[in-house]
Amino acid sequence: MSVSAKDVKKIARLSRLHVEDNQLEPLAGELNGILKWIEQLGEVDVEGVEPMTSAVDMDAPLRKDEITDGGVRDKILANAPKSDDGFFVVPRSVE
Amino acid sequence: MFIAPRVADAKDWIKGETGDWEIILGLEVHAQVASKSKLFSGAATEYGAAPNTQVSLVDAGMPGMLPVVNEFCLEQAVKTGLGLNAQINLFSRFDRKNYFYVDLPQGYQISQFEFPIVGEGEIEITPIDANGKTGDPVIVGIERLHLEQDAGKSVHDLSPTETYVDLNRSGVCLMEIVSKPDMRSPDEASAYVERLRTIVRALGTCDGDMEKGNLRADVNVSVRRPGGELGTRCEIKNVNSMRFIRQAINYEARRQIDILEAGGEIDQETRLFDSDKGETRTMRSKEDAHDYRYFPDPDLLPIKLEQSFVDGIKANMPEMPGARKARFMAQYSLSEYDARLLSGDSETAAFYETLATGRDAKIAANWMLGDFFGALNKSEKDLSSSPVSADALGGLIDRISDDTISGKIAKDVFEKMFDGQGTADEIIDRDGLKQVTDMGAIEAMVDKVIVDNPDQAAKVKDNPKLIGFFVGQVMKASGGKANPGAVNQILRKKLE
Repeated sequence: MSVSAKDVKKIARLSRLHVEDNQLEPLAGELNGILKWIEQLGEVDVEGVEPMTSAVDMDAPLRKDEITDGGVRDKILANAPKSDDGFFVVPRSVE
Repeated sequence: MFIAPRVADAKDWIKGETGDWEIILGLEVHAQVASKSKLFSGAATEYGAAPNTQVSLVDAGMPGMLPVVNEFCLEQAVKTGLGLNAQINLFSRFDRKNYFYVDLPQGYQISQFEFPIVGEGEIEITPIDANGKTGDPVIVGIERLHLEQDAGKSVHDLSPTETYVDLNRSGVCLMEIVSKPDMRSPDEASAYVERLRTIVRALGTCDGDMEKGNLRADVNVSVRRPGGELGTRCEIKNVNSMRFIRQAINYEARRQIDILEAGGEIDQETRLFDSDKGETRTMRSKEDAHDYRYFPDPDLLPIKLEQSFVDGIKANMPEMPGARKARFMAQYSLSEYDARLLSGDSETAAFYETLATGRDAKIAANWMLGDFFGALNKSEKDLSSSPVSADALGGLIDRISDDTISGKIAKDVFEKMFDGQGTADEIIDRDGLKQVTDMGAIEAMVDKVIVDNPDQAAKVKDNPKLIGFFVGQVMKASGGKANPGAVNQILRKKLE
């Protein structure tokens, strides 16, 4: 598997990252390096081995349905570049 | 790939310039789980709180925060799955659905993609057309039910240049229920949503409140020649009332037919329903369709349920409409048709059972399905706003059973009850409607009618059917109050 400059452009757009055109080829090269490295795992014989979903063999911890959190609006909004009347305020997302 | 073998009834076909078309519909319904706290955090879910007051650091997508699954939400998903007669998957997993939007602070929605908690099931629906006429039952397949978190809310009308974001809804637990493409008309789609609503409400897993958006539907619409090749579908997002579901489908089907008949092609796209204009329009086309890049959420371990957990829920399930129908048929000797209408939702069923207890179950069913529902429909009321309670209607039926009034007079009394004029007994007393059972009085009326109609009386012996004429005359003379049985008996004695 490998990615092209076009793929990089698409991934960047989906992630809302701005990438200069002259950076697309170098980035594709770097990403392909990573993919190639990961692909070495394909050499391992996993015939009959169940996919592992976690490094620890334990069940998912569960919570009771109780209200134990929230009510921290100031903390939630603390890092927002702009807020007003308790809302986050961002550039308009619709026309 | 989906196949869609069932062909719609010809009455549901849509006439085009070049022939008939049928609509193929599949629905994705989002039902908000009635939990106190969110799917992955302990923040409250209550509707209508001040912005961002019910948000934890997890819901705000702060780095380093770990989601922990709300056990209650798993239970509600299993319960709903059982209510949909569906496969419960003891192994399920949460995945990340990646997309960028201002009200999605994590940059991904935690959902279930490859391994949903509930698999295939099916429910029976009963479509009702615009005239209130009930059609044949239809089985709709359920593809899956999975859990996911809701996004926040964007508000666009507080500033002309900015969007305001409230994350209170962020992380609230939703059940997404995906149907198979088994519906063929707006009536069926609407009946399907209504049935889902009935089921989740009966189970208490979701309050079903469509106005608050706690139950909302995405409708997949395509058209084809009856029984022909499937067409390209469009998805209409977030349609949030039964009326809008019908409107959106009718508009969208017509739009697609017009394009196809003009030689065009349907673009697979996501569309919005504009309820003000009653039309659908493009939200995003295939070119910028989302590429969600799903992958297993590394913050969450897979969910492994014990069979005993599922069995425990199963043992405590309230009666589902299907089972209730079977019980009504057995317990009250109702026809399949009557039982289906009376068992569909728990409110109707409870009304009927109050009415039928200690009374003739068949008469109770006839009254409820006939005059009572007729009056409700006509006045655009429902059971909860009915001016006549089950006990009051029962009081009327009691007076028919003990021969105080005839069935015919009872209809008049009922209209007055519905009009708020009092109980059956009060109206019967006030208007002097009590049936005349005094044999002497009836005999006097019979005699008078015979004397007044000598020619007819002479012919009765040859033509026994004429007795009906006399019964009618006597009933008329009594203002409908004579006991018809007694009238018949006396007339036969005198004339035959």
